[in-house]
Amino acid sequence: MIRPDAPVLLEIRDLHACVEEQPILRGVSLTLRAGEIHAVMGRNGSGKSTLSKLLAGHPAYRVTGGSVLYRGEDLLALAPEERARAGLFLGFQYPIEIPGVSNLEFLRVATNARRVARGEEELDTFAFEDLVRERLRLVQMDAAFLDRSVNEGFSGGEKKRNEILQMALLEPVVAILDETDSGLDIDALRTVSAGVNHLAGPDNATLLITHYQRLLDEITPDFVHVMAAGRILRTAGKELALELEERGYDWVDEELAALERIPAEVG
Amino acid sequence: MVSASMELPPAGAPSGDGWSEALLAALAAEELAAPLDAAGPLAAVRRRGFEGLRQRPLPSRREEAWRFTDLGALRAVRPRRLVTSGADPAAHWPAPAAGSLRLRLDGAADPLAGQSLPQGLEALTDTDLEQALGQTLAATGCREHWPVSLNKASAARVLGLRVRGEVAPLLELVSDTATAEGVLALRVLLLLEPGASLRLLQVHRAAGASLTSVVVEARLGEGSRLEQGVLAQGADAAVLLGHLAVSQAPGSEYQLASVSGGWGLSRLEPRVVQLAGEAITRLRGLQQVDGRRIADTHSQVMFAGPEGRLDQLHKVVADGAGRSVFNGAVRVPRAAQRTDAAQLSRSLLLSERARVDTKPELEIVADDVRCAHGATVSRLRQDELFYLQSRGIGADLAARLLLRGYCEEVLRELPGAAALWHPLDTFPAPGAPAR
Repeated sequence: MIRPDAPVLLEIRDLHACVEEQPILRGVSLTLRAGEIHAVMGRNGSGKSTLSKLLAGHPAYRVTGGSVLYRGEDLLALAPEERARAGLFLGFQYPIEIPGVSNLEFLRVATNARRVARGEEELDTFAFEDLVRERLRLVQMDAAFLDRSVNEGFSGGEKKRNEILQMALLEPVVAILDETDSGLDIDALRTVSAGVNHLAGPDNATLLITHYQRLLDEITPDFVHVMAAGRILRTAGKELALELEERGYDWVDEELAALERIPAEVG
Repeated sequence: MVSASMELPPAGAPSGDGWSEALLAALAAEELAAPLDAAGPLAAVRRRGFEGLRQRPLPSRREEAWRFTDLGALRAVRPRRLVTSGADPAAHWPAPAAGSLRLRLDGAADPLAGQSLPQGLEALTDTDLEQALGQTLAATGCREHWPVSLNKASAARVLGLRVRGEVAPLLELVSDTATAEGVLALRVLLLLEPGASLRLLQVHRAAGASLTSVVVEARLGEGSRLEQGVLAQGADAAVLLGHLAVSQAPGSEYQLASVSGGWGLSRLEPRVVQLAGEAITRLRGLQQVDGRRIADTHSQVMFAGPEGRLDQLHKVVADGAGRSVFNGAVRVPRAAQRTDAAQLSRSLLLSERARVDTKPELEIVADDVRCAHGATVSRLRQDELFYLQSRGIGADLAARLLLRGYCEEVLRELPGAAALWHPLDTFPAPGAPAR
């Protein structure tokens, strides 16, 4: 839902970043307003996942230029947990398995950290169980997964459901979903997408990172951005995704090559 | 040898510096004042203990088995039998869980006094004790070990039990030296008849400058089953020396879960022999060191016959300038064909100054066997920490959750009643300053 007067939730300006001294992001700019759903598409290695992890505060990435404002505040100055408590959520492409840590306890501790940051009371174990059971329905997840270790032995689909369950509990302001569709069969894709659609509202924004149109058949984006070589090459409406599906990414390479030639020719 | 450290071990420390001699003198003086029963089942044992200690007052770090184990903390313990005073530590114990039988071991009082034993358990007679004491120590090759000699010289009592059939209650054996100083020596003998089954939880606690010396012998008859948990919670000045000697007849199952932490020095030696193979041994160990503490596990499993099975996991949490030693011996002679043994040692290194020495010692002569072993030393995983942080969980709490998760794999193997003793309190938060 595009409302030009809606408040800006996330504003990325000319962001540059590297990992192990290798530049990965080379000037990304992106603005997310409340109510909007954005999709970032691009080939492997285009910098999509780096962007998502960097926004969540992954320590492996170093920002070398630009800025990110989250509701007007400097996001990059915050520790990962502070970003999450403030309402930023990253749905992992590969959710991490943590043996020995109960999923239920993990979800409760995380939910309470977010609640405290919002000025709400912590939930005790009973109140939390009620909440989690209600949210489980949203992702059609079996309650048995609560008693297991975090993501341990979960199938790909179960891990992604668990991610969306976390999203449902944390009620983020900005949700970044990194290839949430990967590893999902069509039924799981529908369930997960329905969960995301249910959680998307006028006061929050969603950034989908994906390779494929099939996710965007389920979740309709307001904007589609094409990323290549660490920057956003083109931004348009949902029709851009269909164009990519039809034409592939070869034109992106041509456009990128042209772009990289310009400075040389001018200089 | 897998080693992870910033420093080299110091050269061999001196041995006999009068500590054992002083202990022997104190024990002898005590005996003069209150003569012990010269004909009792422990009399001969005690004599052998005295001889053993006289011949070899303290292990030397020149010996391979003690190379990494500094006995400084032991030498700081007053060399005399433990004198209890002040408040009763039992006042701070949790109430026994429903369905468990708790026996208190204080080295002096009869733990069975006033107890009615449940069906399947009976006290051993003096004749039984005379016949059976020391047999399993001998069978597992540790009768002459120094900590065993020390225990023999010092133990004034033995708790001997025969197990028949399935014993329903959990047997809980608890010792707690609290802040008392000196040596507490505990000796236990369990004889499991064929087909018998017992669950046992030992809890050893100490808060002051004391040595808790434990020797447990268990003889498992055919088809019997022993599930043993050891939860040892110590303190900086406290020392724990434990030998757990187990002999297994064919068809028997032995499972040990030992968890220790907080001791200035702890050394546990589980020693198992499968007398004719065809038995199942499952060992789970977890030891924690931080500050300047030392935790040492020397285990040995010997297969004296074919088709035995071993599944061993030893875990370590090393923080501060703590030092952890694990030596896991597995002996598979020619007679032990078709043995299936797996040993894994995993160490979590939480500080640059902590040191972990891990040594699998596989001696395999039989040719038709499966013996796997592995050793890893790692830090808390960055991707796991980040995942938790990305959900709003602070770095400290995230590290604590991960540490707990790491420990859980062994903690969950302790009998359920162990939870009442808060085993996790044995493991302080990672990154705590070295004391």
